[in-house]
Amino acid sequence: MDKLSHAQAELREMDALAAEASPLHRLHPLCKLLITAVYIVTLVSFPKYALFPLAVMALFPVVLYQIAGIPMRLCFRKLRFVLPLVCAVGLINPFLDHTPLFLLGNVTVTGGIVSMLTLMGKGILALTASFLLIATTPIDSLCAALRKLHIPAILTTLLLLTYRYIGLMIEEVSVMSQAYALRAPGQRGIHISAWGSFLGQLLLRSIDRATELYHAMLLRGFQGNFFYAEVPPCKLSGAVATAACIAAILCARFVDITGLLGSLFVR
Amino acid sequence: MHMADALLAPAVAATMYVASGVTVGASVRSLRKDENTAKLPTMAVASALVFAGQMINYTIPGTGSSGHLCGGMLLSALLGPQAGFLSMVVILAIQALFFADGGLLALGANCWNMAFYGCFFGYYLIWRPILRSKSGSRAATRVKIILASILGCIVTLQLGAFSVVLETTLSGITELPFGAFVGVMQPIHLAIGLVEGLITAVVLLFVYEARPELLTEVNTAEVKNKCSLKTTLIVLAVAVAVIGGGLSLLASSNPDGLEWSMFGNAEAGYSENMGLDEENYGVSGKAADTAAAIQEKTALMPDYAFANSDSPAGTSTAGLVGSAIVAGTAALICLVGGFFRKKKRAAKIKNS
Repeated sequence: MDKLSHAQAELREMDALAAEASPLHRLHPLCKLLITAVYIVTLVSFPKYALFPLAVMALFPVVLYQIAGIPMRLCFRKLRFVLPLVCAVGLINPFLDHTPLFLLGNVTVTGGIVSMLTLMGKGILALTASFLLIATTPIDSLCAALRKLHIPAILTTLLLLTYRYIGLMIEEVSVMSQAYALRAPGQRGIHISAWGSFLGQLLLRSIDRATELYHAMLLRGFQGNFFYAEVPPCKLSGAVATAACIAAILCARFVDITGLLGSLFVR
Repeated sequence: MHMADALLAPAVAATMYVASGVTVGASVRSLRKDENTAKLPTMAVASALVFAGQMINYTIPGTGSSGHLCGGMLLSALLGPQAGFLSMVVILAIQALFFADGGLLALGANCWNMAFYGCFFGYYLIWRPILRSKSGSRAATRVKIILASILGCIVTLQLGAFSVVLETTLSGITELPFGAFVGVMQPIHLAIGLVEGLITAVVLLFVYEARPELLTEVNTAEVKNKCSLKTTLIVLAVAVAVIGGGLSLLASSNPDGLEWSMFGNAEAGYSENMGLDEENYGVSGKAADTAAAIQEKTALMPDYAFANSDSPAGTSTAGLVGSAIVAGTAALICLVGGFFRKKKRAAKIKNS
C-alpha cells in the first residue's frame, strides 16, 4: 500500500538525517528544543496582518538548514501533504475580510489576502522548524532531553518503544495489505467482511508478542525505566549560540526589520 | 482533525498544554500506583498498531469512499482510559514530530481534542456505563460493544470538532464566523464518527470473540475498578477549571469580544455599538496610566496590528521592499549552502 511504504521510507529517512554530523546535530538537544519552542511561539504571536515582518522569520530556518547541511527541498517534499490542510482555514479569509490595506500598483490588497498569506507563512515556517528539530536530533537524545525536563519516565519510555514498534508494525501491516490486495484484485481497501479480522488478528498476535517481549525485558533486569546514554553537558559555545538565536528571534519579533530595510531604499 | 501551529494563538496553545499536561500527570500517577510495568510493552504495541491501522483504508459499502480506525475508543477499551490516553499522546507526538501531522505548539490542543475526549469522556460516560449494564448473554454483550463504540466515536468526535472550532475562534485566526465554522465541522465529523465507530466496533467484536479477557469492563466480575468515578470527576473538574480560567483570561484581554461590543470599532467602519469613548472610559489616574504604559510595552500582541505604525499593514511599501530583500537573501543563503554541500560531497567521494 502506497501510504504505508511512504511512511516507512519517511521514518528511515528521518533516522538517517538525524544520524549525520553538523554543528547543529552536535548542539545539546535541550538547546534545540528551547530554540524551536521560542521560534514557534514567537512566530505564532505575530499579528494577523504582519506579513512583511514575518518574512524575517523565514531567515532562521534558511540559515539553520544550511548549518545543519540539510537541503530545504527535503522539508518541502514532506510538507506537500500537510500544506493543503494548513491553508484550508486561511482560504476563507479573502472572502470575508474586505478591509483595504494598501495598493499594489493598481490592485487593492485587502486584509483577507494579507491575513491568508500570513497564516500560510506561519504554518509553513512552524513546520520547517519542527522538521529541523527532528532531522537533527535522534529520538533517543530527544527523550533524554525530555527526561531532563522531568517529563515522566513512563511517557518517554512509551515514546521510545512506540517509535521502535511503529517501524515493525507498518512493515507487518503493509505485508498484510499487499497479501490482501493480491487476493482481492480490483478492490479498493478492505471489504467489510474482513474489517474486524484484518486488524484484530494483528492486534492479538502483537499483544502476545509484547507480553513475551516484556518477559524477556524482565529477565534482563528491566524495572520500568530505560537508562539513557548520558548526553554530554551543554558546552559554553552551545549555550552562547542558543542565547544568540533566541535574542535574534525576539529581535525579529519586536523590531520591524523589513520596514527598516525597505526604508533605506524607498522614501 | 490535527491542528497546525498557525491556527493557535500562544495563549490558547499554552492553556491547552496545561490542560493536557494535567491529564497526563494524573494518568501517570494512577498508572504508577499500580506499580505494574507489564502494561508498557502492550501500550507501545497497541499505539503502534493504531498508528499503522490508521493508514489502512476500509471500504465503506455502497460508497466509493473509505474510512479509518478511531484510536481513542479502541485504546481505552483495550488498555483502560489512563493508559489509552498516554498511548494516544505518544501517537500524536510521533505524528507531529515525524510526519508533520499537527504542530508542536498545537500538540497540547491536539491531545485534548483527540485523546482526552476519546479516552476519558468516551470511557467513563459511554463505554463503561453501557458495558456494565446488566444482562449477561453473549449476544447482548455484542450489541453493547457495537452501541458503545459507535456512540462513543460519534460523541467524542463531535466534542473534538467543537473544541477545534472553539480554539481557532478564540485564537482569532480565521475570519469565518463561529456559527458557520461549527456548521461545517460538526456534520462532517458526524459522518466520520459513524464510520470510525463502525470500524472500531467490528475490530473490538473480533477481539471479544477471540479473547474477551483483553477488553476492559466486559466481564465486570473480574475487572477491578482501577480508577474510581470520584477521581475522574476531580480530574475533570480541575481540567475544566484550568481551561475556564485560561480562556476567561484570554477573553478579557481579547479586543474582539467584550471590548469590541462596548467601544465599537469605528476605525474599521463598524457601527459604534454603545458609543462609549475608549480613551475616556473607566478610571483615569496616574496608576492606571502607568499600568497602561507598562502593558503597552510588554504586550506581545498590542491593540493594533503593529506597534509604532498608523497603517494596519505596517509600513507597507517599505515592508514589501524589505521582504523582497529578505527573500533574496534567503535564496542566496540556500544557493551558497548548496554550493558548499556539493563541494563537500565531491571531496568526500574523491577521498573514498
